[in-house]
Amino acid sequence: MPKVVVDVILKPEILDPQGQAILGTLGRLGIAGVNGVRQGKHFELDVDDSLDDDAIAKVADTLLANPVIETFTVKRA
Amino acid sequence: MVRVGVVTFPGSLDDRDAAKAVRIAGGEAVPLWHADPSLQDVAAVILPGGFSYGDYLRCGAIARFSPVMDSVIAAAHEGLPVLGICNGFQVLCESHLLPGALIRNDHRKFVCKEQRLRIENNRTPWTGEYATGQEIVVPLKNGEGGFVADEATLDMLEGEGRVVARYLDGNPNGSYRDIAGITNEAGNVVGLMPHPEHAVEALTGSGTDGLGFFLGLVGVLA
Repeated sequence: MPKVVVDVILKPEILDPQGQAILGTLGRLGIAGVNGVRQGKHFELDVDDSLDDDAIAKVADTLLANPVIETFTVKRA
Repeated sequence: MVRVGVVTFPGSLDDRDAAKAVRIAGGEAVPLWHADPSLQDVAAVILPGGFSYGDYLRCGAIARFSPVMDSVIAAAHEGLPVLGICNGFQVLCESHLLPGALIRNDHRKFVCKEQRLRIENNRTPWTGEYATGQEIVVPLKNGEGGFVADEATLDMLEGEGRVVARYLDGNPNGSYRDIAGITNEAGNVVGLMPHPEHAVEALTGSGTDGLGFFLGLVGVLA
């Protein structure tokens, strides 16, 4: 079963409070040198061979990502 | 009696209070089940607050695909009055019945307080009971209540008078332009982050400032 990977992340202009929380925690780990963190989502889909790129793009664009605030990439493994 | 549907999604919390608000306003509250596409001849629909589907994926992202939402979206395009409160507002944005999106509060805390608002558009069926510029207090409770949209959309909303309510006394969640609620182009669909259904009785909540949303709707449809 081919695997499709969809990665979703907030658009750069959208505030990412969760990324900020993670960034704040790095200091408490004693790690310096990280200047920014953005948190996204990683989806792995098990798909039939018959599922074409258009169908996968529709899944990504209407469900996995909200195009108002997020961008996504699709990779066939 | 005016029939107002109140949808229950898995995880909805404030459906019962919304139904009670409809009854106090003199309407008949009709429960609508998320998996049932029938709107049961209601004259308006309320999408209530809560945590539909546990806010999985994104708030409202899964509820938006419920069978009942297929019918609500179609009816909204035909002019049916729809009010989305909190999670309901999120569902309306995910459904693209309203522009923009709701994201995590900028300060990362769940906000729960009595919030002062200014009603800026009283031409929707939900806000006709208020005067333009009227200030009200209703409870606000959200973790993902930050309304965001790009500059062009925000300017359009402002320019077309589609900001229905605005936060006063400071911004509680990072919403752009202090926007607490908006309406669609046709003016029948309203999304509101604060909870008017929790301000309809003197005994509970912050007072009765929220009752106008329901009185106005029942009055205009009666």
